[in-house]
Amino acid sequence: MSLLALLPFYPLISFLILISFGKKLSWQLASTISIGAMLLSAGSSAVLINQLGNSESQLITAHLWSWFSLTTTQGSATINVAFYLDALSAVMIAVVTGVGLLIHIYAAAYMKSDENFSRFMAYMNLFIVAMLILVLADNLVLLYLGWEGVGLCSFLLIGFWYQEKANVLAARKAFIVTRIGDTSMAIGLFLLFKSLAQLTIVDVNQAAQLSWKIGDADAYWIALLLLGGAVGKSAQLPLQTWLPDAMAGPTPVSALIHAATMVTAGVYLIARMHEVFLLAPEVMTYTAWLGALTLLLAGVAALAQHDIKRVLAYSTMSQIGYMMLALGAGAWSAGVFHLMTHAFFKALLFLTAGSVILALHHQQNLFKMGGLFKKLPVESLLFIIGLYCLVALPGSSGFFSKEAIIAELWSSPTAGQGLWYCAILGALLTSIYSCRLFFLAFLGKARGNSNLEQHQDGHQENSSQGHLLRLPLILLALLSLFGGLISLDLSSVFSSAIATQAQTNFINEPSWLHTVAIVTPFIGIVFSWFYFKSYRENSCDNIKSSTGAISTFCKSGLGFDRLYQYVLVRPYCCIAKINRRDIIDQVLMLSAWYTKLWYEVLSASQNGSLRWYAAVIGIGVVGLAGVVAL
Amino acid sequence: MITINTLFYLSGLLAIVASIKVVTGKQTIHALLYLVVSLLAVAVCFYLMGAPFAAGLEVIVYAGAILVLFVFAVMMFGLAQDEHLHAPKHGAGQWLGPIFLSVLLLLVLIIAISNSEIQQVLIPKVIDAKDVGILLYGPYLLAVEIASFLLLAGLVSGYHYAKPRQAMQSDDNFQVGDEI
Amino acid sequence: MTTIALTHVLILASILFVIGFVGVIVRKNTLFMLMSLEVMLNAVGVAFIGAGSAWQQADGQVMFILILTLAAAEVAVGLALLINMQRRYRSLDIDILARMRG
Repeated sequence: MSLLALLPFYPLISFLILISFGKKLSWQLASTISIGAMLLSAGSSAVLINQLGNSESQLITAHLWSWFSLTTTQGSATINVAFYLDALSAVMIAVVTGVGLLIHIYAAAYMKSDENFSRFMAYMNLFIVAMLILVLADNLVLLYLGWEGVGLCSFLLIGFWYQEKANVLAARKAFIVTRIGDTSMAIGLFLLFKSLAQLTIVDVNQAAQLSWKIGDADAYWIALLLLGGAVGKSAQLPLQTWLPDAMAGPTPVSALIHAATMVTAGVYLIARMHEVFLLAPEVMTYTAWLGALTLLLAGVAALAQHDIKRVLAYSTMSQIGYMMLALGAGAWSAGVFHLMTHAFFKALLFLTAGSVILALHHQQNLFKMGGLFKKLPVESLLFIIGLYCLVALPGSSGFFSKEAIIAELWSSPTAGQGLWYCAILGALLTSIYSCRLFFLAFLGKARGNSNLEQHQDGHQENSSQGHLLRLPLILLALLSLFGGLISLDLSSVFSSAIATQAQTNFINEPSWLHTVAIVTPFIGIVFSWFYFKSYRENSCDNIKSSTGAISTFCKSGLGFDRLYQYVLVRPYCCIAKINRRDIIDQVLMLSAWYTKLWYEVLSASQNGSLRWYAAVIGIGVVGLAGVVAL
Repeated sequence: MITINTLFYLSGLLAIVASIKVVTGKQTIHALLYLVVSLLAVAVCFYLMGAPFAAGLEVIVYAGAILVLFVFAVMMFGLAQDEHLHAPKHGAGQWLGPIFLSVLLLLVLIIAISNSEIQQVLIPKVIDAKDVGILLYGPYLLAVEIASFLLLAGLVSGYHYAKPRQAMQSDDNFQVGDEI
Repeated sequence: MTTIALTHVLILASILFVIGFVGVIVRKNTLFMLMSLEVMLNAVGVAFIGAGSAWQQADGQVMFILILTLAAAEVAVGLALLINMQRRYRSLDIDILARMRG
């Protein structure tokens, strides 16, 4: 077995051990097992990526076993459990195992006091297994297995504290909403197999190139359905509503699943199937517009949130919107690059927020924070680094990736100038909500956290936990700062895409584009410095959150939840209520009813009265003799 | 001139009327006596149809033995209150359905008989006991044996069920349904 | 001297049979039911004798004799059961023996 084949099995074994002997394992043992498995995975992926760089074909494959085979009129296709590592999946496994490792270390400390600690770590490990299967899958069926696996783990982890109803509801919502996308994706896969009789990703991409022309109906529908799957998983418009609620889960979960890895699976899917998308330019335009709309919508919604984690959740949506925008514009490498850097800095932001929340005794309301800069200097510094990358100030990793995206928008054939303006507006919004978040949480006067000092003492006593909490944060901060210097060479994957890209000329672009893109975040910061003056100054003792209609509207995520409640949930519930006694069931129950009727009739006829029996014999004789005689 | 025909029809009518009285009677003894009349009328019919042996059997066995059995049984019962309780109520609705059904049955039977194109008439030639005896102890021997078994079974079961109460006390734990 | 038509004999048998049938259905008194049964059996006997006479065969009378034995056995058993019933229920109402309802 090659190293690649073993990659998902380390966390799988850890998961099995933890789920089997969970209650009996001590914290040390459980965390050692889970983190050890992650360490093995991360080490293996580092070795693999190194091997990949040295190999000639830029490709490593591992065939484990044949899963099943499908026979169609056009031939048969064998579905293998096989792994396929190229530059794109290398980026993904680096993110999944690397960031996953750091978050596991953090989670071990963060969740230490939870009585279901081993169950938590088991789910986290299972998530890593599913995510690795997703990104390494050699064919779309295996990819779908991983896709559903991460969905399951997301459900389990959002509802980890299942004793509270809100968490359970959030988990259910996440599961159901992503299910819509998954269904669309499954249908897309069926269509794909029907028209190409292939499901191995490499073969599909080749066959698509050969058998479809640009703008074919097949390519259009398949790409559209796959986009539906990606939209569901990546929380884009119109299936974005689950992500803010998913913050009900523990913070490491939000960092790992709902910021760094799982939500970017949609981006990965589109990048993976880019050859199909290239054949459907309309769908790429849709992708870009969906990304842009999500980007703006999430930015506006993030401006009005009270909960620190919800701000970050909307920020995640908005950043994934950037990635979608990039994919739609054909800037594949830039999109994947942004995926990676975003994983670093968003994980950092979430984990730091988790530390803050822990320090404040699970206080997540921004309006009850304030003035934390002095009390939690290390966390504040780390948070600043995270925001620095998020806002994409020059020099940060976010800068490199976001500028790369924005640069390609103007003259992309599937995007265009309108989207460029959207992206710039999004960058402006990003900087504004980031500043608002920072001012509210870390500057200004302390509000409702007077017991922080006392807790800090207790916190310092438990220094091993503190170190475990800070070590991954610092590593992530370093990654966020210098991750932009990692040069991704995805040309081997996106060779065909680059070929089309080369046809577009950059000559028509005005020269001020780059300047505007770089300056925008600063404008946002300067604007918020004055606009949110009350938030950062000590003068104001207690800041009231604005309760205006627009603010409330933005806080609710621009009313999408309510819209879906009225447009989809209510009518569905209504239909369900009408159909409470299943109509088809009633038809089936007719036979039971019929049988029961006869049972009752015949039972009533057996009344035990001899005279009645004699009369019935008489009736029978009359009938029979009547038939004979007449 | 009274022909065989008119005698037959007369005795048939008598049998019908007597049978109706049997069915609708209130007093058990009266009904039994009407039954005797009916049986005797039928015996006359048998005789007129050229079966004197059957007529004799009818009188001896039916009217003689079986009806005497009935009379003994009635004497044992003491049915004074029972008759009043269970006597048919004249004009009551309970007669309507059965009579309707019976008339229907009769109609069907008559239609069947008249449709079957039976042209035979009864030849007034006597079939005497000798012919019957030859048949009984010839081809019908097996049937006679079976009939004798039937009579034996009737004898045994009649004895068993009609055993006096003291003898049955040992079986009192039996369920009623088991015995009847 | 005229002869009796077989159809008339059969019609007489039918009428007697139906009268007996009415008695079986209508009467609650088990003794009357037994008597009605005798009437029905008798009616069948009439039909047999008539047919035997029409074809000049003794078989009809043989059948009548068999019916006679059947009637004798039936009356013996039936009356014994009635005696039993009278002892147990102090009544001859057939409807109280409706315990075997479905």
